Amino acid sequence: MEHYWQEISALTMRWVRRLSREKFSMLFTLVQPMLFWLIFFGNLFQRAADTQVMQAPNYISFLAAGVVIMTVLNNGLAGGVDLLFDKENGFLERLMSTPIHRTSVILSRFIFVMAITSMQVLVILGVSYLFGVHPATGILGVATILLIGMMFGVGLTAISMAMAFSVKSHGDFFSVLGFLSLPMIFLSSALVPLNAMPGWMSFLAQFNPMTWAIDAVRPLILSGWTEALPHVGMVILVMLVFDALCLYGGAKAFRRAMG
Amino acid sequence: MDRMIAIDVNRLCKTYDSHKAVDDLSFQVYAGEIFGLLGPNGAGKSTTLRTLITLLHPTSGTATIMGHDTVREADTVRTLIGYVPQERAIDRFLTGREHLQLLGALYHLTKDEATKRINELLKLVDLEDHADRPAKTYSGGMKRKLDIACGLLPNPKILFLDEPTLGLDVQSRLRIWDYVRMLKARGMTVVMTTNYLDEADQLCDRLAIIDGGKIKTLGSPVELKIALGGDIVSLTLKELDRIPSFEIDIKGRPAIKSVRTTTKGLDIRVESPEKALPAILEAANRLGCSIEFIQYNRPRLDDVFIAHTGRSITESIPETESAS
Repeated sequence: MEHYWQEISALTMRWVRRLSREKFSMLFTLVQPMLFWLIFFGNLFQRAADTQVMQAPNYISFLAAGVVIMTVLNNGLAGGVDLLFDKENGFLERLMSTPIHRTSVILSRFIFVMAITSMQVLVILGVSYLFGVHPATGILGVATILLIGMMFGVGLTAISMAMAFSVKSHGDFFSVLGFLSLPMIFLSSALVPLNAMPGWMSFLAQFNPMTWAIDAVRPLILSGWTEALPHVGMVILVMLVFDALCLYGGAKAFRRAMG
Repeated sequence: MDRMIAIDVNRLCKTYDSHKAVDDLSFQVYAGEIFGLLGPNGAGKSTTLRTLITLLHPTSGTATIMGHDTVREADTVRTLIGYVPQERAIDRFLTGREHLQLLGALYHLTKDEATKRINELLKLVDLEDHADRPAKTYSGGMKRKLDIACGLLPNPKILFLDEPTLGLDVQSRLRIWDYVRMLKARGMTVVMTTNYLDEADQLCDRLAIIDGGKIKTLGSPVELKIALGGDIVSLTLKELDRIPSFEIDIKGRPAIKSVRTTTKGLDIRVESPEKALPAILEAANRLGCSIEFIQYNRPRLDDVFIAHTGRSITESIPETESAS
C-alpha cells in the first residue's frame, strides 16, 4: 500500500511537472474555455438569446452550467492523449517494466485530469461570478457541481484512455476526438435548452449524458436546492451507470494493450 | 563446467492473429555474459525481448529469469531486470535527474537511496553537467546515455537493451559499447537485440541469429564463423576459360574444403591458409593460369548470417512484423 502510494504520487507529479514546463499550454488550457465560450459566446448571444426560453436572467448565467460541463468534456476526452504519446515513444513500456502496480499509471492520470478539471471549473465559476452569476446554492452547490463534473469526467477520461490504448496512431485518436467533441456539445443542453431545439436534435440530446449533467448543474446555479435536488439525484444515477460502462471498456482496452 | 543460467527460454511461441512472431524458441543465457539476439527487423527479436521483460505474455512456452517465470512471477522478475527501450523513450519535458527520480520511486527506493544511486549513475554515464536540463535539449547520444542510466537505476541482475546503438553516430556507439563491456566486467548479465553485425561481433559473448521467429544458429561469434568452415581464398583469373579445369584440379586436395566458381574466378574455402595457399599457387603454375588478383578472407559474421538465413541482413524480408 505504501509502495502503491509512492508510485502514484511520483507518476502524478510527473504530469504536474510536464504541465508546469509547458507554461504556454497551461495558460491556454486554463483560459481557453472561458475565453471562447463564456466571455465571447456568452456576451455575443446576450441580446440574441430569449431569456423567456432560457428561463434565466441573462444568457451568460444560462451558459455557465454548459461551459462547466463542456470543460469537463474536453478535458476528459483529451485525458488519454499523454498516455498515447507515452505508448508511442516507448515511455509506457519503460514504466510498465518496473515493479509497479499495473493500475498506477492510469490512476495517476485520473487524479491529474480530475485535479486540473476541478481547478478549471472553479475558475469558470469565478469568472461567471464577475459577470454577475452567483450560484443560488452557495458553496455546497459548488461542491455538488464539482462532484457531478468529476463523475462525468471519470467516464470520459476512461473513454479517452481506452481510445489511446486501442488506436493505431495518434492521427486516428485526434480524428475521433474532433468528431466526438462538437456534436456532443451541440446535441446537449449546453447552448440551448432542449425545448428550444428542433425535435430531432432534442430527441438525440436527451440520450447525451452531458445533457443530464448540465440539467443538474444549471438549477444549482440559477434556482436553488428544491429545483436542483431531483436532477442531482438523477444525474448521480446516470453517471454511475455511465462510469461503470466506460471503466469496463477502458479496463478491457488496457488489458488488451498491456498483455 | 556448468555455468549458472540467468535466463531460460523454453519452446516460446507468440502468435498475433495468424502470424507467428516467435515460433518455438528455446535458448539459455548464462549469468555474466553479453548475449545478443541478432536478426533483421521483424525477425522476432523485439517480441522475444518484450516477453522476457514481462510486457508480453507468450502464446505458449515459458521463459524464466533467474528461475522466476515471466508471467506467474512477473513482479519478482521486474525487480531483477533493467530495461533500455529502443529509442527516445524519454519525456522531453523532464530533466535527466527527474527521469531517474521518477524511476527511483517506481522501484520503491527511499529518497536517500535514490539520491545516492542517481548521483553515481549520472557520473557513470557522464551526464552530471546536464542532469538538470530538460531532456528535449539533449543530443541523441545524451538521450541514449540517460536511457542506459534509467535501465541501470534498479541495479539489475540482468540488463535488457533493445537496439542500443540504433541511429547513433560512430563515437556515441563506441561509448555505449564501452559501457556495456564495463557492466559485464562488473558481473552484470546483458541481453541485447541488434541488427548490426559488427556490434554483435564486437560485443556479444554469444549470440542467436533469429529469422522468421526461429533461431537459425547460436554460439559465440568465433564458433559461428568456424562452423561455417574456414577461411576463404578468392582468386580472380586472367583467363576465364581456365576456371573449370582449375576447379577440377584443386578439388579434394588436402587443406581445401570446398570450391565454388564465381564470375571471375574461384572462391576456395580452406582449412588453414599455410597449407592451402602453396597448393593453390602450385596448381595455378602447373596449369598455366595467370592469377590477376588473390584475396584472403576470414569469414565475417555477415557470411554466417547469409549462410543461415539465405540473405544479407540488410535485405528486406517479405513479411514484416508490425512493430507494435
